[in-house]
Amino acid sequence: MDFSLTKEQQMVRKIVREFAEKEIAPKAKEIDLTGEFPWDNVKKMAKADMMGIPYPKEYGGAGGDYISYIIAVEEISRACAATGVILSAHTSLACFPIFQWGTKEQKEKYLIPLAKGEKLGAFALTEPNAGTDAAAQQTTAVLEGDHYILNGSKIFITNGGKADVYIVFAMTDKSKGTKGISAFIIEKDFPGFYIGKVEEKMGIRGSRAAELVFEDCVVPKENLLGKEGEGFKIAMVTLDGGRIGIGAQALGIAQAALDEVTKYVKERQQFGRPIGKFQGLQWYIAEMATKVSAARHLVYYAAWRKQNNLSYTMEAAMAKLFASETAMEVTPKAVQIFGGYGYTKDYPVERLMRDAKITEIYEGTSEVQKMVIASNLLKM
Amino acid sequence: MNILVFIKQVPDTNEVKIDPVTKTLIREGVPSIINPDDKNALEEAIRIKEEYGAKVIVITMGPPQAETALREALAMGADEAYLLTDRVFAGADTYATAKTLSKMAKKFDYDIIFCGRQAIDGDTAQVGPQLAEQLNIPQVTYVKEVEIEGDTLIVKRALEDGYEVIKVKMPVLLTAIKELNTPRYPSIKGIFEAYREKEVKIVTAADLGVDPQEVGLKGSPTKVISTTTPETQRAGEIFTGNVKECVQNLVQRLVEKHVI
Repeated sequence: MDFSLTKEQQMVRKIVREFAEKEIAPKAKEIDLTGEFPWDNVKKMAKADMMGIPYPKEYGGAGGDYISYIIAVEEISRACAATGVILSAHTSLACFPIFQWGTKEQKEKYLIPLAKGEKLGAFALTEPNAGTDAAAQQTTAVLEGDHYILNGSKIFITNGGKADVYIVFAMTDKSKGTKGISAFIIEKDFPGFYIGKVEEKMGIRGSRAAELVFEDCVVPKENLLGKEGEGFKIAMVTLDGGRIGIGAQALGIAQAALDEVTKYVKERQQFGRPIGKFQGLQWYIAEMATKVSAARHLVYYAAWRKQNNLSYTMEAAMAKLFASETAMEVTPKAVQIFGGYGYTKDYPVERLMRDAKITEIYEGTSEVQKMVIASNLLKM
Repeated sequence: MNILVFIKQVPDTNEVKIDPVTKTLIREGVPSIINPDDKNALEEAIRIKEEYGAKVIVITMGPPQAETALREALAMGADEAYLLTDRVFAGADTYATAKTLSKMAKKFDYDIIFCGRQAIDGDTAQVGPQLAEQLNIPQVTYVKEVEIEGDTLIVKRALEDGYEVIKVKMPVLLTAIKELNTPRYPSIKGIFEAYREKEVKIVTAADLGVDPQEVGLKGSPTKVISTTTPETQRAGEIFTGNVKECVQNLVQRLVEKHVI
């Protein structure tokens, strides 16, 4: 058994942290206040080859390992969680299905520019009536000659309206239930594809969650991803990986809160001494640090299993469940320790608390993670 | 064109503390970094490579863990890396260091040698100039801008209140300052390539063919007898009491000190 990172992974952490602290963190507050999509961050990440870390160089990636990618999401999220989810959704949800199920032509046309960071990707499964019940897809795709015609809408789509390439799920055969769902690669300029409502969110405000509308959207037949009817499987396997990414995002947020607290309790004086001297707060900090460490081990473990081609569905669900709940435990505690200051925008902990909440919801709510864990365990 | 870049791995001085008893640096647990000025030197070499075409060869002398600094340099875009590491190199002063590095430099057909102005741990700014002397080539220190015209460099050398423009023929040694450029981040792809596709070659005293008496502590004319932290001579004085008393005391003290 070996818990140490490889030299490569240590270097990735060092460099991404340096990058995140100098280039990303200083703008996090501004991005949160304005809700402006951080294109500048995306461009800088692309320049540093961060938009396709775990994909082979021949497909435009950095040729790295999965743990290095997860470390990058953690470190970017520690600086700015909105930027972290842009990276995670792009890499785990848009690039991955093309890498896994795409034809050679699809990989050349779509994966290469995505993994190079020349284009941005998104993943569209959720619908107004198909959230946790993802199988209840109402978007339809009908084959007509050499193209499919899509109709329907998707909501809460991360990078929606900003991405160039979308992985979109639609029913090709309603009679077959989940086996009737198919996946498509859709370009932003395809006729009949529109961006609808853009959500005003509580946290990760710089990231985009938008509605996608398909009105007789014309999709070339060769943009079917995988086979007809494979869509649900593609979505579920893709989300397994995505959850490790969101686990890493939650971990980065939680670590940021812990870092802020560790600094603050040494500086803030009450009753004539730094508040870190009080045992009551020391216990809080010890508990926070223990949870963050446990979350990190679960997240890295799931990533390690994926890297080593071991099953990781349950481990990814556990990592995401625990890391997101840790973020939601640690960030309000950070606000509490900061007291009145913590409730203001003068310090970043209130932002961390708002950013943390979504990690318990998207890419499968905590309740869904428990369903996944239990069904893997009980096999009933 | 071949460019040699000499770098040093140093403790991140933002994190360094001095042991109050032994008066030496506490290096344990302190992250090591590429010396900042050396990073500017490396960046400029890579920039020249991109603009004019060149091979960038990065060299350091240090303990085995200095390999990390070389890997980072490779990840930034250097082509080859050499680590001069040997027990007999240990304890070298700037003279012995420059002498050892010069032996290494002579193995290459170089056009430009880049060093950082000075290292943040020793702060001597001597190794670059001494290396140029050992090699008997011209040197320009405090370089803030470099242009190439054929076999000539046009270099801006920073002065306290301006700069001088120097034309110099290659081969030449330049020492870089932070005004020269902004070092790039190593790309993530570069990191994987640095570990998987590039090599850090180890060079020992025997490989260099140097006499062990001429390098390391034995080859160093400088002897460090002791290092001390200066004691605080004057402590601030704090006046307490009401404002009127404080002001009176303050004025009185200032008069005593002949300040007013």
